[in-house]
Amino acid sequence: MDNRSVKIKNLVKTYVDDRGRPTFTAVKDINLEINDGEFMVLVGPSGCGKSTTLRMVAGLEKITSGTIEIGDKVVNQVKPKDRGIAMVFQNYALYPHMTIYNNMAFGLKLAKKDKGFIQNSVSRAAKALGLEKMLDRKPQALSGGQRQRVALGRAIVREPKVFLFDEPLSNLDAKMRVQMRAEISRLHEQLDATMIYVTHDQIEAMTMGDRICVMRDGLIMQTADPLTLYRQPANVFVASFIGSPPMNLLRGTVQRGDGGLVFNEGAGPNSVKIPLRGEIATRAERYVDKPVYFGIRPEHLSNEAMDQMHVPLNSTVDIAEPMGSESLVYLQAGNGNMIARISGEHIFRHGDTANVYLNLSKAHLFDAETEEVIR
Amino acid sequence: MSVEIQTPSGEVKTTHPAADLPPAVEEADSTLPFLQWPAVGSLFLWMIVPLGMTIYFSFIRYNLMNPELTGFAKADNFKYLWEDPAFFPAILNTVILLGSVLVITVVVGVLLAVLYDHRFFGRNVATLLVIAPFFVMPTVSALVWKNMILHPVYGLIALALHSVGLPAIDWFGDHPMFSVILIVSWEWMPFAFLILFTSIKSLDLEQQEAASIDGATGMQMFFRITLPHLSRAIGVVVMIETIFLLSIFAEIYTTTSGGPGTATTNLAYLVYSLGLQQFDIGIASAGGLLAVILANVVAFFLVRLLSNNLKAAR
Ligand SMILES: Nc1ncnc2c1ncn2[C@@H]1O[C@H](COP(=O)(O)OP(=O)(O)OP(=O)(O)O)[C@@H](O)[C@H]1O
Ligand SMILES: [Mg+2]
Repeated sequence: MDNRSVKIKNLVKTYVDDRGRPTFTAVKDINLEINDGEFMVLVGPSGCGKSTTLRMVAGLEKITSGTIEIGDKVVNQVKPKDRGIAMVFQNYALYPHMTIYNNMAFGLKLAKKDKGFIQNSVSRAAKALGLEKMLDRKPQALSGGQRQRVALGRAIVREPKVFLFDEPLSNLDAKMRVQMRAEISRLHEQLDATMIYVTHDQIEAMTMGDRICVMRDGLIMQTADPLTLYRQPANVFVASFIGSPPMNLLRGTVQRGDGGLVFNEGAGPNSVKIPLRGEIATRAERYVDKPVYFGIRPEHLSNEAMDQMHVPLNSTVDIAEPMGSESLVYLQAGNGNMIARISGEHIFRHGDTANVYLNLSKAHLFDAETEEVIR
Repeated sequence: MSVEIQTPSGEVKTTHPAADLPPAVEEADSTLPFLQWPAVGSLFLWMIVPLGMTIYFSFIRYNLMNPELTGFAKADNFKYLWEDPAFFPAILNTVILLGSVLVITVVVGVLLAVLYDHRFFGRNVATLLVIAPFFVMPTVSALVWKNMILHPVYGLIALALHSVGLPAIDWFGDHPMFSVILIVSWEWMPFAFLILFTSIKSLDLEQQEAASIDGATGMQMFFRITLPHLSRAIGVVVMIETIFLLSIFAEIYTTTSGGPGTATTNLAYLVYSLGLQQFDIGIASAGGLLAVILANVVAFFLVRLLSNNLKAAR
């Protein structure tokens, strides 16, 4: 079995205008290794360079500097068709004048494969995707979900080492998206192929990815498996990007008080003060009197103190969104707002004093200058 | 499944939910014909009066040189037209002119569109230059070609040939049809280019990228992706150009006057020469009627072809 890993080394992409003058650096020196058979998700806000990176792997965009290896072979100068990749586009990119069959067979026909072989591969892919009855139709006669399935089929038929997806589900409705998400995951299991998947939807990222690479402004912020990304965000950006609703972040300083270290939001008579205990206190030692962010996820605020690590938070209820088994409560705390996800059936009224506790063992501290996590 | 709707006028209409007729149109049904009437009526008159007169003239004796001779001519005008030695050459010339210009403008138009789809230095200026001939009046461009470019004494081509030691060519004398085709193609190429260029601009970039991943070379990309995409636009160009090219007149009148002999006489020019050079309105009308029928036959097939094309694409 040949190696299907992808290695991206010091990759830079600077776009140039008609006359070759540099206009914009979309990818700034990134390094990323994608293992054989891995499902890697590139995620990040719009314009962060995800598509640019993917398109360089595909060979559709010229590399400014750095190297891309597919299966231990540097492919910088290799044509897209010879890289052993297949790509699924956001807008399907089917050939409108060809039947579904010919859409899928196009690549094999160009590669001069023999007829029986083509017929075999296409019908196998069509069967796997439930497209057998539509092979004679033109793309216009299909629904969005079916079109994207044809695009998937066209990719499968090529038997690539690496599948590339650029936001393939963003044109589909919510229900279809869930279904296709499962289908692509199943495909990954079956084919056991390497896949790189670009999305800006964090649910897609968390549910599908073996590992997730979070990007911002052409840089990689963190690469890790979904749970690590959730539990141990490396910086403020990842902390606020992953999770919904996002992590509560308070800016303040660490101060030495009577009973130990305290996080103090600072100015204002009713600013938030959080006593630091246990492991987080150890981490805070080096940051006494320095600016930090205190971060805690909404689900780590609760309405009962379960152990020593739960500390009370002075706050009042602003708005509550009861959802049955749990409620999202928007709290007025100190100079700002915090969100708590409280489980159980409760009724909250605007202006009530909220009885909530922060679970310090799940809290994070970030250096306010570098925005990196404090370990 | 169908739904029955009682309209105000009392009739029962059956509509199918799948047919997406907006209900507003159905409600307006009773008043709409009256509102449309003036427009439809005037258009009808606009068309029917000249057509009626042509038909009428084509069946009577009507020669301006001999006004006393009148009366019903049966099919004589058509017979004389048929027997006119210029008739078959005129039909043939019309077809040759039409076909050659269509092929030249479409082929050159497609190639230019593909070329201009790429970025190159000075593209905007170059685009303007390609389109410019379209804005020149046919008479003017014919005169420019006749006197400044193709003329065996003053022409630019004669100059170029002399400079390499070759004799000048009398284009309108020795290659009259070729010269007319050249001029008309020059005039109509910008039109083809404009339509095809806008069409090529609408070709989805992702589609081209998908094809390049599928391994299409430049040629394969052109024949398998670009050309099919352009087919509808080519249909439009062919249809519109056909309508205008069937009646090319000014270019022939200003350059060759249909000659030498009948070498560049097309149907339009023949009608002119019968009516206003031989002053036989009857035969000229018969020729005009034939031209109308010819144009309609061609238009019928083209429209059918195009609408099939559109249907298939949907
Ligand atoms: N041809 C180009 N010339 C100049 N700048 C470009 C070009 N293509 C993209 N960019 C810029 O590069 C940056 C990254 O673009 P890219 O398409 O990779 O973003 P993305 O992460 O895929 O965003 P999205 O989620 O919106 O698709 C953007 O700021 C974009 O404006
Ligand atoms: Mg993108």
